[in-house]
Amino acid sequence: MTSLLARLQTAALVLALGLCGSATLARPAPELVLQLATGDNDARIAALGTLAASADPDALPLLEALRDDALKSRGGNQAVIYDGETARDAITGKPLVPVPDDLEDVMTNNRVTVALDAAFAAFDLAAPERATRLAAVRTLQESGDPALLPLLDKALATEKDPQVIDLLRVAQAGARLHHPDRATRLAAIETLGGSGAPGARAQLGSLLEKNGASFVEADAAVREAARKAISHIDTWLEIGEIAGGLFTGVSLASILLLAALGLAITYGLMGVINMAHGELIMIGAYATFLVQNLLRTHAPGLFEFYPLFAIPVAFLVSALVGATMERLVIRHLYGRPLETLLATWGISLVLIQGVRSLFGAQNVMVENPAWLSGGVQVMSNLILPWNRLAIIAFAILVVMGMSLILTRTRLGLFVRAVTQNRQMAGCVGVATPRVDTLAFALGSGVAGLAGCALAQVGNVGPDLGQSYIIDSFMVVVLGGVGQLAGTVYAALGLGVFNKLLEGVAGAVLAKITVLVLIIVFIQKRPQGLFAVKGRFADN
Amino acid sequence: MNKTLTARLFGPKAWAALLVFAAVTLVMVPVLNLAVPADSAFHLSTYWVTLIGKIMCYAIVALAMDLVWGYTGILSLGHGIFFALGGYGMGMYLMRAIGREGNYQSDLPDFMVFLNWKTLPWYWQGTEHFLWALALVVLVPGLLAFVFGYFAFRSRIKGVYFSIITQALTYAAMLLFFRNETGFGGNNGFTDFKRILGFAITAPETRVVLFGLTATALMGALLLGRFIVTSKLGRVLAAIRDAESRVMFSGYNPLPYKLFIWTLSAVLCAIAGALYVPQVGIINPGEMSPANSIEIAIWTAVGGRGTLIGPLIGAGLINGVKSWFTVAFPEYWLYFLGLIFILVTLWLPRGVVGQLQSWFSKKEKRA
Amino acid sequence: MNAAVRTDAPRQGASLGTSSTERAVGLERPIEDSRQLDTRHGVILYLEDITVSFDGFKAINHLNLAIDRGELRAIIGPNGAGKTTMMDVITGKTRPTAGRAFFGQTIDLARLNEAQIAHAGIGRKFQKPTVFEELTVFENLELAMKTDKRVWASLFFRLTGEARARIEARLELIGLKEHAQRAAGLLSHGQKQWLEIGMLLMQEPQLLLLDEPAAGMTDEETERSGELFLTLAGEYTLVVVEHDMDFIKQISAGRRVTCLHEGSVLAEGSLEQVQNNERVIEVYLGR
Repeated sequence: MTSLLARLQTAALVLALGLCGSATLARPAPELVLQLATGDNDARIAALGTLAASADPDALPLLEALRDDALKSRGGNQAVIYDGETARDAITGKPLVPVPDDLEDVMTNNRVTVALDAAFAAFDLAAPERATRLAAVRTLQESGDPALLPLLDKALATEKDPQVIDLLRVAQAGARLHHPDRATRLAAIETLGGSGAPGARAQLGSLLEKNGASFVEADAAVREAARKAISHIDTWLEIGEIAGGLFTGVSLASILLLAALGLAITYGLMGVINMAHGELIMIGAYATFLVQNLLRTHAPGLFEFYPLFAIPVAFLVSALVGATMERLVIRHLYGRPLETLLATWGISLVLIQGVRSLFGAQNVMVENPAWLSGGVQVMSNLILPWNRLAIIAFAILVVMGMSLILTRTRLGLFVRAVTQNRQMAGCVGVATPRVDTLAFALGSGVAGLAGCALAQVGNVGPDLGQSYIIDSFMVVVLGGVGQLAGTVYAALGLGVFNKLLEGVAGAVLAKITVLVLIIVFIQKRPQGLFAVKGRFADN
Repeated sequence: MNKTLTARLFGPKAWAALLVFAAVTLVMVPVLNLAVPADSAFHLSTYWVTLIGKIMCYAIVALAMDLVWGYTGILSLGHGIFFALGGYGMGMYLMRAIGREGNYQSDLPDFMVFLNWKTLPWYWQGTEHFLWALALVVLVPGLLAFVFGYFAFRSRIKGVYFSIITQALTYAAMLLFFRNETGFGGNNGFTDFKRILGFAITAPETRVVLFGLTATALMGALLLGRFIVTSKLGRVLAAIRDAESRVMFSGYNPLPYKLFIWTLSAVLCAIAGALYVPQVGIINPGEMSPANSIEIAIWTAVGGRGTLIGPLIGAGLINGVKSWFTVAFPEYWLYFLGLIFILVTLWLPRGVVGQLQSWFSKKEKRA
Repeated sequence: MNAAVRTDAPRQGASLGTSSTERAVGLERPIEDSRQLDTRHGVILYLEDITVSFDGFKAINHLNLAIDRGELRAIIGPNGAGKTTMMDVITGKTRPTAGRAFFGQTIDLARLNEAQIAHAGIGRKFQKPTVFEELTVFENLELAMKTDKRVWASLFFRLTGEARARIEARLELIGLKEHAQRAAGLLSHGQKQWLEIGMLLMQEPQLLLLDEPAAGMTDEETERSGELFLTLAGEYTLVVVEHDMDFIKQISAGRRVTCLHEGSVLAEGSLEQVQNNERVIEVYLGR
């Protein structure tokens, strides 16, 4: 309410100032400069509004000075730009030598900062880069300042990009909400309603507020239109929220899936309980970290594409560690699952401490390359981050690749043969020990791939694996041992269910609930979702 | 083989060893700690009393683990939850016994004041009574084990499946106890205890009494374990471990047998936890971490599964080495522990005691 | 499918279902008197129209079988005929998808779990000998012995002189007397088979199900076990699944033999009748 009043006052002030100053504005009018440096915050905001509306390139240095805290006030009647070494008068540009010692900082508040951003954005509307213009119009969209209208009109006249045009229209509509013409207001309301943006909702809401006894918007029909537009926006926001929840669920599912896929081979198919599986993921993540650093220092030109190099490296490093584990330890423990469990836990401890000794106990930095940062805005309140989208796609590719390997290659055939009937496979000439090693290396390599993907969204530290081991075992157990499809469904179900539950119960309770539900579920169906029934099922 | 093993463990020599142990823990330690002056070479410092007391608690846990894993073939990776619940049960009493001497001088435990709670949650009611706290120590973990075990064993979950589910159980409990709202002090758990049954908790006399109680509990657990594993019930458990379906077709229902030993084992852990907390002076959710629970398994494995006495030795060895290692070379402890896990499963599957046993029997054959 | 020589199964199914109504879920329930074996009509085991399907695959398909008290019945059939699954159904390991199984007139096997069925008087020997490898031979027999098998009873169990004598007698019978204190895991395959048979007898069952008891035995041992089974028949009821035709010949002279195929009875009658049955020949010799 009060902010609205302040905004109206500001608008009036800006209009007045703009009128008197516009004729002679070759450079920022001296009174505006003074106002910025010495006025109170309301006056500053007003001055910024004027400067923004003018979009005068000469005002840019002044705005930058304000942003960088270089604009100082001297004695309340002189504006000075002081860059730390030299000082000059902000209006005349005359150097002040020596630097005066009575410069006062301009104390700005958050509202001024917002107005300053808007002013910069106004300048950026004419920028040649599309991204800059997009960002600028997004900033301006929320201001709803009628003084910006001429500027927006001008931008609309020259703008070619359809997305920028759409956003400009919304910004224009926002600025027209208080237009004297009723039809214009109605049109503006419709545009805002169609935009579905949360900011537009607030702007529309302002029409329904009461200013004393009367409504801000006097016309009941217009108010009704605003109300409808708001409920329209609300519907879209809700849809966006549900879609967002589903997306984070699917994203979590893709991560769970990647983490569990390797286990689906080593545990699901081979029956090896590898408690160091999480550490193989961790090693994949560290391999990614190393590739990133190597490329940054030795081939900066390729840095943008480091994940593409990291994928095979992470796979190979984890596969190698896995193969070594299999040869040295696990091989001697086949048929003794509980002992395998303990031994691989020991391996995991050694690996964790090894990584700690090599890289330190702190998390290391793995950056997203530019093409994986940011996201695509699907709806006003739904941004799908590129890195998450990439991981979902990656998980799908890995699943497809793995099922191809298992069903279409000789290795896959051998793996299935050995896991189904070891002796018979040995009898028909399959080198079972080699197949074991290769299959275990494959599962470990997939864990490395998971690590490479996880490095793009989470922290990379020595304990990374520990946080995934229980989850991945739950996915495999829930999906049914020996079932690739079961693993996929279980990951999807767990991911989405967990995220939806998080919305209701909070993260920790959701996690506990999911664990308890899995425990209960497994009581009911010990063989998992996709049970292998029959005489041999429990042997 | 089993027969000779059990016979040797509980022959006259073993009874003599038990008597020596009783004499050392119940007479010698108190004398050396309390009566011998601190500057004497024979003085046993309180540090050692506490450390050995702590290790004896672990030994009880290892013994409890041996009953389910060594004798019945059920590997639990969640025994930490029972230990911790027992500890929390005792901790609740100890927190209440602080009275108004906490930082906030409130009737409520400090962490509740900090959370702005005005009244005790219902499950804290009555915990100011020592006996009720003791009942909680036994009942809560016992009930949890019973219910969990009933459902798990009824659906015939066994082997690695069971292990992983117990790990998930303790992990879920850890997450639950980490929350402040759960009402058990969140991350920090319980600490800063002042007194137990009116005695100052840090007083050497109190510590020696707690030490003696722990030693007694350990001996009691050992004798109870011996009674069970030498009874026909013990042989049924071993039979379940070897061939569960044969047990069923012989007319035994394995469910109550497993449930009995599983619940008993959980209660033993809880008692150990309750003895541990006043001696160590802290209990927090870290005790429920999966890593802690799996470490219990390695104590048992190092000493020798299915030998009763082995796990006690294993718990003593590993924890003795640990307390030295983590002071001398903290960064190498995990390497050491990890290697122990690997080497014992590969080359010492029967543990120290099992290995000694087979050496002895070979010698006898030669002689 | 079932057009073979069929037994004229007693048609009294309608009166059978009502008697035993208690459910088999209790933790520890003593075997009540109502579960006492009732074989007044001469039939000890009666399978009525049993079907077991695993994911659509019918391991047993409308199987009907009746075994008389004191009978020694040999069951033959090619691999996958459903012999082991049938034993699983009788002993409670597998629940039938459809149909009913009765032990005597009153005991509905579908309502009991494995332990209760064993307690009711059905003993089973597995295809692969399963004994308690870490326990001694003596202890194996001791565990199998008919007695109160509940937890507390086991905890406070003391071996009486009479029971010891019974175990010694069995040890003699199965020829393992000098191995009494050896771990069962150290026995040879054939010896384990004998031990398992000995354990079955310690249970004092009414009905013994023997899944390939001669597998892994020497010819001499096979013949001895055949003789043993013949002496047991009459006092006990035996159902023997076997591939070894010499063994079948030895034990089934003048007795009834059943041939299973694809989960149902293909032929039933004397060994000659079954062996000369065209369908049996077709199944065994291929198509």
